Amino acid sequence: MIKTPIYMDNHATTPLDPRALEAMMPYLTSHFGNAASRSHSFGWAAEEASEQAREQVAALVGGSGKEIVWTSGATESINLALKGVADFYKDKGNHIITARTEHKAVLDTCKRLERAGCEVTYLPVDATGRVDPEAVRAAITDKTILVSLMVANNEIGTIHPIREIGAITREKGVFFHVDAAQAAGKMKIDANDWNIDMASISGHKVYGPKGVGALWVRRRPRVRLTAILDGGGHERGMRSGTINVPGVVGFGTAAKIALEEMEAEDERVRALRDRLHQAIMRDLDMVFLNGHPEHRLAGNLNLSFAYVEGEGMMMALKDVAVSSGSACTSASLEPSHVLRACGVEEDLAHTSIRFGLGRFTTQEEVDYVAKLVVEKVKKLRDMSPLYEMAKEGIDLKSIEWAAH
Amino acid sequence: MAYSDKVVDHYENPRNVGTLDKNDPNVGTGLVGAPACGDVMRLQLRIGADGVIEDAKFKTFGCGSAIASSSLVTEWVKGKSVDEAAKITNSAIAEELSLPPVKIHCSVLAEDAIKAAIADYKQKKGA
Repeated sequence: MIKTPIYMDNHATTPLDPRALEAMMPYLTSHFGNAASRSHSFGWAAEEASEQAREQVAALVGGSGKEIVWTSGATESINLALKGVADFYKDKGNHIITARTEHKAVLDTCKRLERAGCEVTYLPVDATGRVDPEAVRAAITDKTILVSLMVANNEIGTIHPIREIGAITREKGVFFHVDAAQAAGKMKIDANDWNIDMASISGHKVYGPKGVGALWVRRRPRVRLTAILDGGGHERGMRSGTINVPGVVGFGTAAKIALEEMEAEDERVRALRDRLHQAIMRDLDMVFLNGHPEHRLAGNLNLSFAYVEGEGMMMALKDVAVSSGSACTSASLEPSHVLRACGVEEDLAHTSIRFGLGRFTTQEEVDYVAKLVVEKVKKLRDMSPLYEMAKEGIDLKSIEWAAH
Repeated sequence: MAYSDKVVDHYENPRNVGTLDKNDPNVGTGLVGAPACGDVMRLQLRIGADGVIEDAKFKTFGCGSAIASSSLVTEWVKGKSVDEAAKITNSAIAEELSLPPVKIHCSVLAEDAIKAAIADYKQKKGA
């Protein structure tokens, strides 16, 4: 008997790896010192643990521990990178380049910067969700100070050609920030080879704890940032506030495990993802893959099940935690901005389901979910007026639907 | 967001799913909503010579609340006269199913579906 509920939403968050928890425990109890306390052994123990964690986390992007700024998570890291550069380099320029499929942490930060006088270019993506490096080059002006792109997309898993884009930003002398929240620990990232200047990383997306993240900030050539938080001048003045020592220790341990097991885990998760995809495609028609067939995260499967609304589908899959690009629950009723940017029609965007497989996903779970999905899609299509009309040969686009 | 027990019940055991012959002169068909908005309801009513709704069937593309709203409506309209059915309001549907504010539009759609089905029937009858 399979244990339910089944967790297949590993883009939203990942469970804490028990090995990371074990590493954290002493820092929640006996080693409770403040890493900024320089005058006694409690502080020294905390500082030593934090320094080790910096090296472990920096290794996720091929950087040095001296380049890590601890934060509360990727959202804060992104805010610090974008607002910090925009302010510090305001005399140099005010133009930022990003893409339409970015996370809200980037898009909403850019919106705020626009209100403060910055100009932002939101690059389009192709049907698979990728930005064209030449479009980045063409968008750079003498006012451009920063390009910010995600390594891998949180909804469709698409991986941008970061190395090619980094070559262009370096050539043009523009800073390059990447949101690596989804990619870090899941795929090899080489900040030096890829000419990345800043990388935002999250603890809880790599089987570490929630409430901790990092901004990796290149030292040579140096990137300077105006801090968002004022206070004790921690993190070389870039982020004041007492270090979350148990958090960074858990994050560091999780990063170390992710790197050590990356190759084996990638292979295993990819095989499970492909197994799920194939099982669904074998038994259902009118199912479409969102994102890129190859340049995508190993654990990501985003499918549109035509004529079956995503939220209704999630309700049918009640023992399985997944996510949908349908925004039926939000006030706006707008479906996913990522799918829309990829040119997915609104009606198909409403039928998308994101399966996020991870370290603890089993083959038994995959087989159970595949069977359940097939059964429920068939049931819901039997209840769907659109499926019946499509089967009758009615072109749904020819109907004048009343928007509501 | 948790669904109410009644929504879950209608979603898992939907009443009166199906299709009536849309060319039958005694059948009124209402198709409301839009695929781009994530909700489409089709409600069909077969109406007797005495103006009483004899049968009701629905098919819905939408979330659990949309499916539950249409399922509920098929139960409510059966046995009612056309005029009585036309008086069913979205607020009565929302109240019965304990719909949260973000799902009120599902009940509005269900009310619209009744009105659209009746209008189609009346048009067929030339009234």
